Amino acid sequence: MLDKVGIAKRIAQEVKDGYYVNLGIGIPTLVANYVPEGIDVEFQSENGVLGMGPFPFEGEEDPDVINAGKQTITTLPGASFFDSAMSFGMIRGQHVDLTILGAMEVAENGDIANWKIPGKMVKGMGGAMDLVASAENIIVAMMHTNRAGESKLLKRCSLPLTGVNCINKVVTNLAVLEVTEKGFKLLERAPGVSVEEIQNATEGTLIIDGAIPEMNIYE
Amino acid sequence: MINRTVKGVEEALEGVKSGMTLMVGGFGLSGIPENSIAQLVKNGVSNLTCISNNAGVDGFGLGLLLKGKQIKKMISSYVGENDEFERQMLSGELEVDLIPQGTLAERCRAAQAGIPAFFTPAGYGTEVAEGKEVRDFNGKPHILEQAFKADFAFVKAWKGDEAGNLIFKGTARNFNPVMAGAATITVAEVEELVPAGELDPNEIHIPGIFVKRIFQGEKYEKRIEQLTVRKRE
Repeated sequence: MLDKVGIAKRIAQEVKDGYYVNLGIGIPTLVANYVPEGIDVEFQSENGVLGMGPFPFEGEEDPDVINAGKQTITTLPGASFFDSAMSFGMIRGQHVDLTILGAMEVAENGDIANWKIPGKMVKGMGGAMDLVASAENIIVAMMHTNRAGESKLLKRCSLPLTGVNCINKVVTNLAVLEVTEKGFKLLERAPGVSVEEIQNATEGTLIIDGAIPEMNIYE
Repeated sequence: MINRTVKGVEEALEGVKSGMTLMVGGFGLSGIPENSIAQLVKNGVSNLTCISNNAGVDGFGLGLLLKGKQIKKMISSYVGENDEFERQMLSGELEVDLIPQGTLAERCRAAQAGIPAFFTPAGYGTEVAEGKEVRDFNGKPHILEQAFKADFAFVKAWKGDEAGNLIFKGTARNFNPVMAGAATITVAEVEELVPAGELDPNEIHIPGIFVKRIFQGEKYEKRIEQLTVRKRE
């Protein structure tokens, strides 16, 4: 079974040379730390920066340079700043190649819910609805089950939706799955996790085609 | 040169009345019009509708207006950083309209640019789309969103000149350029106000035609919401 860092490491392998990538808050943010050497990517943060770098050294933080999680950041050579309308122009106009975001629920038809639990938690959708409605290549990073042990990969989402029929791939602590017309196709198992364990943790339709390989997690 | 300068924050806020709709720039606490917000608190205007990506934090930014119950309605995309906000929302004291961030930005930009409405795919199939016209373009459903209407826009820039031209710094730019000129009266506060001619016209982000009043803010606290650093090796 993977931890959050493991999920980030596995997703980092999906990042290809020349990609512009938008990372959501949480596990997706960690992906930036594990992109293999020799792969040139630029990270976009929807508050208005392309070419995001690592956190600043102590004492060098600038309140005018933050990411969408409101964290202080730095920029790398080639970076640019822009306004919010242009930022979402990049997103809606499909100039961003890959979007990685977290979720509370994903359904087998590609629906995603990640912004609201009625009566309990209402923080808002931020840029998530714009991202999932426009991006062509979306990977969800999340734990396979919630804290109560219930599956987050469902036949249909029960929470208010963020977007419909938009998710391509899901990487969890247990598995890599592709969203297909027939359901979640199991592509890879996390180290030490059996197909049966994945089946038991998946409420939506799980398609198991032949022998399922174990993930390679590079350090 | 048309001089857009006003003496200070008091003159800049002349005409702001209770019940008005205000646009307020910034993302989190970055690039917020600190001096204008402080003056709104002082003026004590109430029943405000605020269009702003976030609602500040407890004790700073729009959190100051929330604390004094000066805001009737918030139109935002993300409000997760403010306990008082959550309390007022869950108790029903505060009306909240949550909308996708890109739609929020574009509804400002549309108001600025004289476009009454536009179609966007964001929010299709979700509760955001309820009651809105849906139309297919290139085989994909989109929803109709309308430009905002606001009485005042409060924006914050790094540098400005007497003609109202603005230059922003870093990600403090965010919603400020798209709110400039998107309301009946736009008030810009800047860290440094210089005479016309000192800013290179090639470097201007927002031309002064979008700014009605400009002043240099007395001080900027620029609070950091999430301080994240790495150690030197």
